[in-house]
Amino acid sequence: MSELLIRNGFVFDPLQGIKGDRMDIGVKDGKIVETSALNSPKTIDAAGMTVMAGGVDIHSHVVGPKVNVGRLFRPEDKLFKSPHKSPTCSRMEMGCSVPSTFKTGYDYARMGYVFVNEAAMPPLHSPHVHEEIRDTPIIDIAAMPVFGNNWFTLEYLKNNEIENNAAYTAWLLRATRGFGLKVVNPGGSEAWGWGLNCEHIHDPVPYFDIAPAEIVKGLIETNEYLGLPHSVHLHCNNLGNPGNYTDTLESLKLAEGYAPKNDFGREQVLHITHLQFHAYGGDSWGNFESRAKDVMDYVNSHDNITVDIGQVTLDETTTMTADGPFEHHLRGLNNLKWANVDVELETSAGVVPYIYSPKVKVCTIQWAVGLEIALLSRDLMRTFVTTDHPNAGPFTRYPQVIAWLMSRGARDETMKTFKWLERTIDATSIDSIDRELTLYEIAQMTRAGPAKALGIGNTYGGLAPGMDADIAVYSLNPEDMPSDPAMIEKAFSRCAWLVKDGIVTVRDGEVVSEPAKRTVWVDVKVPENAQVQRDIYEHFLRHYSVKLDNYSLFEEHLHNPRVIEVDTTQ
Amino acid sequence: MKTVTLTLTNSPELYIEGQNITPDNFAGRKAAEITALDVWEGKQKSPLGKYFTVEGDGAATAEETKIVLRGDCTRVKRIGQQMTAGEIVIEGNADMYIGGWMKGGKIHVKGDVDSFCGIGMEGGELIVDGNAKSHLGSSPRGEWRGMQGGLIRVAGSVANDTATFINGGTIVIGGDADIHVSTHGEGGTVIIKGNAKGRVGGQMVKGDIYVYGTIENPLPGFSMVGEVEQEVDGETATFVHYIGDLGERHPVSKGKTVYANLYTRT
Repeated sequence: MSELLIRNGFVFDPLQGIKGDRMDIGVKDGKIVETSALNSPKTIDAAGMTVMAGGVDIHSHVVGPKVNVGRLFRPEDKLFKSPHKSPTCSRMEMGCSVPSTFKTGYDYARMGYVFVNEAAMPPLHSPHVHEEIRDTPIIDIAAMPVFGNNWFTLEYLKNNEIENNAAYTAWLLRATRGFGLKVVNPGGSEAWGWGLNCEHIHDPVPYFDIAPAEIVKGLIETNEYLGLPHSVHLHCNNLGNPGNYTDTLESLKLAEGYAPKNDFGREQVLHITHLQFHAYGGDSWGNFESRAKDVMDYVNSHDNITVDIGQVTLDETTTMTADGPFEHHLRGLNNLKWANVDVELETSAGVVPYIYSPKVKVCTIQWAVGLEIALLSRDLMRTFVTTDHPNAGPFTRYPQVIAWLMSRGARDETMKTFKWLERTIDATSIDSIDRELTLYEIAQMTRAGPAKALGIGNTYGGLAPGMDADIAVYSLNPEDMPSDPAMIEKAFSRCAWLVKDGIVTVRDGEVVSEPAKRTVWVDVKVPENAQVQRDIYEHFLRHYSVKLDNYSLFEEHLHNPRVIEVDTTQ
Repeated sequence: MKTVTLTLTNSPELYIEGQNITPDNFAGRKAAEITALDVWEGKQKSPLGKYFTVEGDGAATAEETKIVLRGDCTRVKRIGQQMTAGEIVIEGNADMYIGGWMKGGKIHVKGDVDSFCGIGMEGGELIVDGNAKSHLGSSPRGEWRGMQGGLIRVAGSVANDTATFINGGTIVIGGDADIHVSTHGEGGTVIIKGNAKGRVGGQMVKGDIYVYGTIENPLPGFSMVGEVEQEVDGETATFVHYIGDLGERHPVSKGKTVYANLYTRT
């Protein structure tokens, strides 16, 4: 019976609409309780500090084969670049943009995060994904298998067999212990197996007689048919190219006419990830410009869509995505080393080091686009903080992103370092935006909103009694905010306290304990479907290099599971 | 200039990681404080004084601090690593990584050095009177930014993989070089006064290599374009000029395609 009382903090909980009230939060046996239910709790004095739920990251790449390729082929990412020498953690912390599993868990915890969604799991490599999840301390992790280039999915959707696709999806989620439907460059990564791509949503996928638009619509229908906690999680076609905002708008429009159907409080049917990479105008790198306003006008007026920003942090980082053709294109731009993996699987990934430099015009425009997306958003419960770690920058820069969002001064300070400041200002609207987000809005973007969009808002992202006792306390006084934005960044980098599952995990920015972490996955019951079972069996027999019995992960790969059950047979 | 003299009196059983031996670290420290600096031997951390006797205090700044190492430093690595100023004189041999990631100042080794010396060097001078082994002035493993600047001068010969990914600075080798010189180079100059084994300038995009002697196995990616008279390292001579590596991408600058240059003496 462990009891804890967090006293007198300024509480921000958008899921309950609490906007900085001075409150006590009670914790008993790992859950949040009414303070009256406590007998003799230990107390944490949070007077003068900000109290929020533990952070929830909706999109990050922290475990799995492509992350590991990044770790392997970037030894220089570890050289003199592993800033933490923790006096309290016993495990080796290495790497900056692709940190070791231990560093990943510790650094998220130091920032007050408790849940991370690994945004792309190649199904065939799901055992590896789960082994790395096991080795990442403290944070609960879910992983989404990729469906947008899966042969079964393409075949079923081509024939408009939503029910069969749903049965296959349920099988794959179970086989990989996956969380939801991830789509990366639908059709395009499959085309990459032939050295091709689908840049536009109506480009046919070679040999499949289906276009990306039909894949996305079919997957939305499948997702709502099953009533999964999270929506379809889409990385659009034509990422990163000048003029791609029209493709993005067309992709967004695919969600029109669909309404969410689920028991998890989710209100969107489509989550568009790292929107910053998809909001570009111009037709070359010469006249590259921001179209964040066009994209956000659409998002603001359609409430069945959520987005995350994919903020460029002006760092040296390691890009990695299941969008193989894009990574090949990127390698051609910077001539650095690259790796292409998993092309023969249900996906294809590329890995390329990248330097977002304040001296490069395109990079500074990209920086502005991400911030514009957040600052032009009218509903921050639908717009979330990410850096698409490590693609646009390491997740350890979230505190800096928060400082940019909360302070015009912080943005100006960064813009002073730009070599092409005038051209960046001309190509974007960042200089005309004075908006400074509040702590409540930051809580929306970093915990309440993502938790709700992931369909886990009854467990994570809030501080209502009955929820997991995941609580972050930051040394920021909302009534006396520091005028220096560097202090905001510092406060969010190293939280004063992190309580995870009722256990004090971080104190004064240092990890002091490592409570058991979980693997979160979604188990969907569907009616027995002999057709799909036969299809899967036949397909493995004919086309796969592994047998069906060896494909699904074994129970021993799964670590401390938390199962979210969905039953469509009722 | 103040001199700190380190004399190796107690040889390590394994190898010492000597990255603390720099003018930057010794500046502002008295002899007793220098004696107490950390040194790793394998997984054991000990004070510098376990191995060396220390005479003399550091000056106020790194610029005014000179370090002299005496005794057999064959098992001491990383002397002068990341140093920015001042001077180090090693009176005998030294081990690997001498002058690695060096930014300024001067290191003079009167004997031989092992591999990875001057790796990732950005500035300053590294002078070796004897021979050097592999990866001299090369890039750290995985890194595409090799030597950025500064000067490395080896009187004797060097082993393989000299100047990988070089993009600035100069390396002068008095003797011969083994295989792989300036692989992936994007700038900088390498001068080999003896012979080179082969694979000179492979995948090189930009930069210069001079070979005074012969290249045993020249690469087919280099094409002869003529003869030129050039001043190299203080003397003028006639060289046969090759461009390459033609198998590699070559950027266009001011309307002209940029190639790497390989010169051999006639």
